[in-house]
Order: sequence, then C-alpha cells, then structure tokens
Amino acid sequence: MSSAVTVRVPTILRTYTGGSSTVTADGATVGEVIDNLESAHPGIRARVVDETGALRRFVNIYLDDEDIRFGEGLASQVAAGATVSIIPAVAGG
Amino acid sequence: MSSALLAPPVDLGAAVALSCRECGHRVALGPFYACTECFGPLEVAYEFASSGEDLRELITAGPQSIWRYAPLLPVPAHVIDTPNTNPGCTKLVKADRLAAELGMRTLWVKDDSGNPTHSFKDRVVAVALAAARELGFSVLACPSTGNLANAVAAAAARAGIRSVVLIPSNLERQKILTTAAYGGTLVAVEGNYDDVNRLAGEIAGEQDDWAFVNVNVRPYYAEGSKTLGYEVAEQLGWRLPRQVVIPVASGSQLTKVDKAFGELIKLGLVDESDYRIYGAQATGCNPVATAFKNGSDVIRPVRPDTIAKSLAIGNPADGPYVVDVARRTGGAVEDVTDDEVVDGIKLLARTEGIFAETAGGVTIAVLRKLLATGQLDPDAETVVFNTGDGLKTLDAIADSVGPTATIIPTLDAFEKAGLA
Repeated sequence: MSSAVTVRVPTILRTYTGGSSTVTADGATVGEVIDNLESAHPGIRARVVDETGALRRFVNIYLDDEDIRFGEGLASQVAAGATVSIIPAVAGG
Repeated sequence: MSSALLAPPVDLGAAVALSCRECGHRVALGPFYACTECFGPLEVAYEFASSGEDLRELITAGPQSIWRYAPLLPVPAHVIDTPNTNPGCTKLVKADRLAAELGMRTLWVKDDSGNPTHSFKDRVVAVALAAARELGFSVLACPSTGNLANAVAAAAARAGIRSVVLIPSNLERQKILTTAAYGGTLVAVEGNYDDVNRLAGEIAGEQDDWAFVNVNVRPYYAEGSKTLGYEVAEQLGWRLPRQVVIPVASGSQLTKVDKAFGELIKLGLVDESDYRIYGAQATGCNPVATAFKNGSDVIRPVRPDTIAKSLAIGNPADGPYVVDVARRTGGAVEDVTDDEVVDGIKLLARTEGIFAETAGGVTIAVLRKLLATGQLDPDAETVVFNTGDGLKTLDAIADSVGPTATIIPTLDAFEKAGLA
C-alpha cells in the first residue's frame, strides 16, 4: 500500500523542486518514493541513484531519523506520515 | 569550460575551480561541497604559479606556520596579515626508543598536538576561515567530535566573528570545557556524531551566511590537511617517507596527505619515490577497515562504540578514497580494540614523552598490529601521526594510570615504600 510522506530536499536538488525544501510523495518503500518523486520532478531520480538503480555512494537517505543503510536500503518500508530526508554525505571530525 | 570558471570572482590563490572527485564535473569557486550531478565530493583544483627550486625557496623563506605553503592552498596571498591562529610547523620527533621497543629501524612521530588548540584541526580551520572570509561568510560553524570544536571556537575568537559549534552531548568533559572557554555559541545535541553531522548539514542548507567549516566550505577546509604532508616532507629534508600511518575518522586527512605527496612530486619539490599509506581505526568504529579487509569500496555505516571519540564517525564520507589510497600505495587499513588503544597511549608516553589523545593511541596500536601481522616493513622509514593531545581525553586512561605510591610526608615512609 502506498503512503503519503514528506520528503526533505537538499539545496543542490531544489532546482528540481522549484526551490522547495520539502515536497510530498507517495510510495510503500523508499525506492517507490524516489520513483514517485521523479514523476513530479523529472531528473531528480538520476541524482540520487545510479544507472543500476543503486543509491549513489555519496547520498545519504534517512527514513525519519534512521539511515536507510541500517535498514533495508531503498527497499525499506515507509509508513504514512514518515519523513524521508535526502542529504549529501559530508565528513567532519 | 566557460571562461567564468577560469576567472574566479574571489581571490583564493592558486585555486581555480571546484572539481567533483567522482565524475570530474567542474564548478566555479564558491560555497559548494557536493556535485550537482552525482553528489560526489567537490575538491579544489589549482593552477600553481611556481614549481621546483623557485617554489622551494618561496616556502623556506615563508613564516613558521602552514602559511609557508600558502602558494599550494586555496587562500589569498595576504592570509598571513589577517588574524588567525597561525597553526602548523609542529615537531617531527625521531622516535628511537619507540622504534627499539617495536623492533623498527627508523620511526618518526609527527606530533600535531603542538598546534594552538592542541590538534591538527587548527590547520584545516585556518584554511576554512581564510576561504570563508573571501566567500563573504560572517559566522564560523561546525559539527564536531571535539577537536574541531576547540579549533573553530578559538579561530573565530581570534578573528572576531561569531562561532556556532554543535557537539554530541556525551562528549568528553575536557573537550566541552575547552570549547566553551572561547565564548562562542556551543550546542550540545542529544545524539551521536553522525546525528550531529546530519543536523549541521540541514542547518547549513538554511543559514546562508554561516560557513560550516566541514560542510559547505569543506573543499577548502580539507585542503588544510595537505600541510601535514608538506611539513613531513620538508622536515625530512625534502623527501617522502616510505611508510605513513594516519588515523581515519572521515578519512579526509589521509587522502589529503596522499594528495600532498603527489603534488610535491609533480611540482618537483621531492624526488619521486614509492610510499605506502596505512589507515588506523578503532574496532568500535571500523567501517573503513572493514571495507578494506572485505575487498569492497562501499563503506557500510556502523554505530560507533569506542573510547576514540575523535575517530567515531560511523558514516565516513571519504572512506572509499581511503580504501583506494591504501590499495594503490600498497598500504592497509587496520583496527584495534579500546584496550589496545590505551596501551598505545601509554607506550608512546613511556617511550617518547608524548601524551597522545585516543586517536594517537589508535595509531600507535595499529602500527604495532601492522608490524605483528607483517603488513608494515620494520626496516623501512616510517612516520606516524599523533593528531591530538592526551589532556583532552584523560578519561581514557583514568582507570589504568595513577600514583606509584601514596605516602605520608616522611623520609621513612618514602624508603619503606621502596621508592629510592
């Protein structure tokens, strides 16, 4: 079943969302949310996943507060009302 | 490429553009850190004005700080005239007693605890501050595991600008106090470093005039670590060591030392020679060592659980490049337990009189493990990095060192305790 979720969009992807920092999308999994995002904001999917459909290695996606790499990755189940945050990987120290 | 890319609107010395390390896409110099094409990390690209003997003379005539290497950094020529902490030119200690203990022929410790706030972070922050000024930022900010917090708060105080520092609330007390002392805004976040880092990334997207040194001005900040590589080469008499062991948190320092060595060769400042670069992690946060050992170039994040908090980055952004460098140069990435870390701190202190923070303990313990497993050549000249001061992580050794004896103040008690 698909769920409506909030997607937080990083600065470098806001050219695809008309400048919006948050948008809504549907999907039962994170991957489906990304696919749904693509239909409303063409071009955004290829920035997040590579040619093979895998999450790019310098993109972090959080489902609520959890890095999806700790869960099932793009197959992670999304509950209605969840927040999906797309954030470029940055180092630190 | 458009001519706009060749004529940057800001003066950042020999830096001419930002280039994506993943796909090569280039953008003009600015407060950008992630590639708009693939999210890959952006890196400073240069067109160096001088090389060879000319450059060497310029450097040796320069100040006793990282600014002697200003021609190789993304900073304006007048950087030495602006208020900053002037870090660098720390000691390269010939570690004969440690070498003898470990059965090595020639060993050096690059002791970066000698920087103004007692860690290598003063180097990267000084470069970030210089770039942030040129780019028009008014606030210096960072998420930090502690050392960076100290360095940002101090650098902002010296420069007379506001600092905003975000730290995990469970950080060592010493690191909290040594940041708060500088009087900037210090925010303790209830979460681990990766939570703090993520929050900083989100705040950076909203606060246009805040330079988060390791987020939106990270390409410039990271270049500061090159100065560790330059200094080691200059201190050895303009040559490269055969083996280097470097602690790995985000992985940035290790990859920048490799970049520095490559530049020194390309610019004719040192003879080309083979070198091996080794990365050091704590077992409680070893995503890069795990990827190296598994033959993978994808870093699977971990939840850190180690006393080496300055290395406790569970999702290290430059991890893939650390693995690349270790493989390309014939090095390795190894990890050690917290008990081994404490032993490493005590070994370095006992043999060389250098009191390292936990990251230095990780490096010494990994050096020992690399020797024991035959991955590092005991007869080849080796440099290990101590990146911070043990006074910042006293808790790590609090349970394993203490007074030899406690006595009443009489000569009799002294003699009875067998201390003479």
